[in-house]
Amino acid sequence: MNRLRAPHLLALVFGIAFLYLPILVLVLYSFNASRLVTVWGGFSTRWYASLLQNQALLDAAWLSLKLALVSASVATILGLLSALALARFGRFAGRTLFAGMIAAPLVMPEVITGLALLLLFVGIDAERGFWTVTIAHVTLTACFATIVIQARLAMLDRSLEEAAQDLGATPLRVFFAITLPMIAPAILAGWLLAFTLSLDDLVLASFTSGPGSTTLPMRIYSSVRLGVTPEINAASTLLIGLVATVVVLASLLIKRDALARP
Amino acid sequence: MRTGTGTRSWPAPRWLVVALPYAWLLAFFLLPFLIVLRIALSDTARALPPYAPHWTGWAEAWSFLQALDLESFATLVGDSLYLDAYLSSLRIAATATLIALLIAFPLAYAMASAPRRWQPALLILVILPFWTSFLIRVYAWMAILRPEGVLDALLRGLGLIEEPLALMNTETAVLIGMVYSYLPFMVLPIYTSLERLDRSLLEAAADLGATPVRRFVSIVIPLARPGIYAGCFLVFVPAIGEFVIPDLLGGPETLMIGKVLWTEFFSNRDWPLASAVAILLLLILAVPLLAYQRFARKEAA
Repeated sequence: MNRLRAPHLLALVFGIAFLYLPILVLVLYSFNASRLVTVWGGFSTRWYASLLQNQALLDAAWLSLKLALVSASVATILGLLSALALARFGRFAGRTLFAGMIAAPLVMPEVITGLALLLLFVGIDAERGFWTVTIAHVTLTACFATIVIQARLAMLDRSLEEAAQDLGATPLRVFFAITLPMIAPAILAGWLLAFTLSLDDLVLASFTSGPGSTTLPMRIYSSVRLGVTPEINAASTLLIGLVATVVVLASLLIKRDALARP
Repeated sequence: MRTGTGTRSWPAPRWLVVALPYAWLLAFFLLPFLIVLRIALSDTARALPPYAPHWTGWAEAWSFLQALDLESFATLVGDSLYLDAYLSSLRIAATATLIALLIAFPLAYAMASAPRRWQPALLILVILPFWTSFLIRVYAWMAILRPEGVLDALLRGLGLIEEPLALMNTETAVLIGMVYSYLPFMVLPIYTSLERLDRSLLEAAADLGATPVRRFVSIVIPLARPGIYAGCFLVFVPAIGEFVIPDLLGGPETLMIGKVLWTEFFSNRDWPLASAVAILLLLILAVPLLAYQRFARKEAA
């Protein structure tokens, strides 16, 4: 019964090929010596070398990295708190509004979230730059982190926590000695998700950033609009390689289902 | 879950756990939306805020509310450009959802039928593209679809076409980009619901003489329905407001509301109108949202 049959194999091969071939083409052409996208001019790493000369792109990459590190960390803390509130506090005043505000950014078009935040920043006359983009990213990614951590909390066997409590451990002690280690994989998964979402975001950053705070996706976007360039292929390949390595390593380290529920 | 344990485990700093994220969301999620709503109801003006009417304190709250109007919304309804953009967004999103379902279902079904020990690896294979940059995945299709691009070269090399396909900057390109980008969202929920499918049901049906088609229609499809609905929801809703895909892969002909909002805001600098576009879009999105919630509640009951 559990043998793979021909039509199933066909569906698998077709589906996986559809998912991976475009990325493969992109990676392949980043090693193309020719500037033309369809002409294969031999293997070359010249675009990677010219990438290192592109100061604007490097600055943007550095900014995006800092942004992703800071916003993912803040988002994970907020996500952990919200997940605890939603999974463990039972009913509290304003819970419905809270749960709604957690779920809303997940389905909200980014153009709307971006517009709304920009109007807020203009309204309070905040100088736009690193911190306004950070706030925007935290607002979006904290909701994703909440969902991931909350799912783990809901699955958790409560008997260990209750046993510790019965043995006289304070709630804080129970949390740090029992709950936190048990949900650590989900916290890591939530952080990773927040990190990659922030690293990838174009729309929120375009609305909320100011002059001098151009992120990597914004830089890529503005050069991509003008056409396909091998240098962007090289930058994309590095980014894909980085994210793929981290995700594969993380999924080997932690239980697969924590990552499988974005 | 037992109620009461919660109270026992979180006595003193309990309120702080809720207050911190709550305050954040109120300040950076709810408040911005109230501002959008207020600006959408302001007088249309191609200038920076503040917009008329001006807030002059609680004493004049009533006259402030009276001065708000639906001028921007009247512009939206009166100009067929916006109506067309909403309609074509819905049409493109629905088409992309349908195509994604047709591709995702066989894939999810094959994944769920694969030997158990393969399944974790297959799952990672499907999820991995979701983790890599969205922008880069859309960009990858630009190189494939552009005139004289990879697809043209390939098909011409195989002798299948004479003329370039000229898919770039068309609605087809937008559909391809959407199906590609959102496919994992469709595959995962369907796989999850099929994974739980009890194979003995199929065997029992086969023993009772049901044909493969019959087994598929009366057992597999109904059991996969929660996954199908969730997948369709997860593809359809973000696709409606999508900006990056129609902007990079679409042409001047592909009208989508996310792009209209962006242009209205960044190029025309008409903030009240952009806000009205956003509010109306939210109202439209509420329809699939409520429909899905109703379904989920019925499913749970």
